Amino acid sequence: MNRREFLNVLAAANAAGLLLPASLARAQTAAESFYDAPAFGDVSLLHITDCHAQLKPIHFREPSVNLGIAGMAGRAPHLVGPSLLEHFRIAPGSRAAHAFTFLDFERLAGLYGKVGGFAHLATLVKRVRANRPGALLLDGGDTWQGSGTALWTQGQDMVEAAKLLGVDVMTLHWECTYGQDRVREVAEKDFAGHIEIVAQNIKSADFGDDVFKPYTMRAVNGVKVAVIGQAFPYTPIANPRYMVADWTFGIREEDMQKTVDAARAAGAAVVVVLSHNGMDVDLKMASRVSGVDAILGGHTHDGMPAPSVVANPGGKTLVTNAGSNGKFLGVLDLAVSGGRVADFRYRLMPVFADLLPADPEMDALITRVRAPYEATLGEVLAVTDATLYRRGNFNGSFDQVILDALMAEKDAEIAFSPGFRWGASLLPGQPITMESLLDQTAITYPYVTLSNLSGAQIKTVLEDVCDNLFNPDPYYQQGGDMVRVGGLSYACDPTAAAGQRIQDMTLNGKPLEASKTYKVAGWAPVAEEAKTAGGEPIWDLVARNLRARKIIAPPRLNLPTLKGVDGNPGLAV
Amino acid sequence: MTQRLMERRQILTFLGTLAAAGFVLPRMAFANWDKVAFEAKTMDEALKALGAGTPATSGDVQIVASDIAENGAVVPIQAISKLPNTERIAILVDKNPSMLAASFDLTPETIPEVTARIKMGQTSNVVVLVKADGKFYAASKEIKVTLGGCGG
Repeated sequence: MNRREFLNVLAAANAAGLLLPASLARAQTAAESFYDAPAFGDVSLLHITDCHAQLKPIHFREPSVNLGIAGMAGRAPHLVGPSLLEHFRIAPGSRAAHAFTFLDFERLAGLYGKVGGFAHLATLVKRVRANRPGALLLDGGDTWQGSGTALWTQGQDMVEAAKLLGVDVMTLHWECTYGQDRVREVAEKDFAGHIEIVAQNIKSADFGDDVFKPYTMRAVNGVKVAVIGQAFPYTPIANPRYMVADWTFGIREEDMQKTVDAARAAGAAVVVVLSHNGMDVDLKMASRVSGVDAILGGHTHDGMPAPSVVANPGGKTLVTNAGSNGKFLGVLDLAVSGGRVADFRYRLMPVFADLLPADPEMDALITRVRAPYEATLGEVLAVTDATLYRRGNFNGSFDQVILDALMAEKDAEIAFSPGFRWGASLLPGQPITMESLLDQTAITYPYVTLSNLSGAQIKTVLEDVCDNLFNPDPYYQQGGDMVRVGGLSYACDPTAAAGQRIQDMTLNGKPLEASKTYKVAGWAPVAEEAKTAGGEPIWDLVARNLRARKIIAPPRLNLPTLKGVDGNPGLAV
Repeated sequence: MTQRLMERRQILTFLGTLAAAGFVLPRMAFANWDKVAFEAKTMDEALKALGAGTPATSGDVQIVASDIAENGAVVPIQAISKLPNTERIAILVDKNPSMLAASFDLTPETIPEVTARIKMGQTSNVVVLVKADGKFYAASKEIKVTLGGCGG
């Protein structure tokens, strides 16, 4: 808010007789100091990522469990709660502490209000751009998925919001779950002349040709800046392959080096990678690929207040990660001298809705795209007595609500729910609306499944997902969290070898038998056959369950007994 | 789609048509089918059948492949030899029921780079074996085969 806007607000408040001058003045001062970011250097890059289609302000609880193992133990981003505050020197109880950690979540959420929202983000973007002429706005992807309206419009609401926000360049992950034809359609029609999609690691499955430009070269204040795209490398594995049948992905480290070299050869003074690798993969890639000034990362939803500085044979590379759900705007200012980056400043700014007035134009767009769906979105299914959240390596209370609904409605003894990292949080006393439920479930393959699995198969599934999370080599990780498990108790040693992490599996106090068959409910199957198998969408099942329950008492979280991670700063006691 | 790409596809389609019409014979040396090697059930057996014994690990043998397979039924593996006088390149999968997935005999004028799409039932080390100047060299890379889902 600039001073004139603030005075207008003040005048309006006065006219309405609502004014509490002292508190308003305090809010204005707080906003100015909180978002005070003097311009620096020659080139500024603004970065958003993983907003998961959250157009409206929300609450979002950061994880209390985000374990790093092997070389990742105790290092960013694997710090939670007090360890994170200490590492980044953030005062407990402050706005920043609330933005970056789960600590005292309910009280601070009440005190500091909601975060994110594209209308508020738009105000912040304009404000930061005002003293950074030529700044580029980069979107790391996972923008078109995560809400009812995004699903129903095939991401069109977010496509329009991203254009209005002024995004210049983006890369992809969940966008692909609308299918390769839809992505192409947006790239060629809506985005033409506005937003460029870059991805050096998406190739045609037949000949290995580029599907998108590997990088784009932009002149910023006379400096040539190359933005290389790195889409989520494991899209066809973590999500249905049939959605992107003609494309192949992968990390493609050698190709990344070639792309960096090509960009430098073409005269780039600044080379950045707009990445959806996930932070552990970015950190490893930064240590092996030379010539990258910064990797602006996403996927793992790690809100990191400061970059990690990684040494490699060619020098040093900054690695950032800009959180999720529209909570943050990353601002990287670079000083360039002699055709090379000489110095930098970085801030990850939390978007506090009550410190940033809604941008009227963006607000109008959001109202317009939501209008046809407001009645459906607004249906109150139940009221929660507990904080409902998702983030965390092993379970979240909203996931437990889904698991409980799956077991009850499908009469299953065990339930699985995917370890997604998106999904807004609710505070005790808030209604669970259809919108809240869709924020947790809105995907293009939402089918509920019911399978008979042997104890041995269940162990295989758990081990497989666990290795995707805790493989000591980040290149073998996929970046989601552990599959949420209902009914079944187990122990987990993240530090054990693949195939030996899952232990002591019991059901109702009895050991799980390898050869016995169990009834397992789940959702989000990646197999193409599931499309026609007739499974109902998960939101219909959970909505039915919630409507009948009316009041949701704090769910009992089914968590594994953890082994081998005592004292790990990625685990808050 | 670029013009070049279009042309390439058309040429391949044309070649396919010729093959179907019997004008082109695939140059597969069925006479030299290495039955013993392809039916070997252990790595030692397979290496023995190929005459490799214990090959030396070499940085001049490179494997280009994804760390995690997108589809275990079709895993693209590129094998590159930087060794002079490469005569043969073979691809072996440690945990497949029959390890030898492919073997290429190369003439001296061939650039020693081959690509094959192999099938893998589970996470395994993939070994590329190269015979150059009568000696055997190898490199290995783990490729993960996963059930999928649950990401992001």
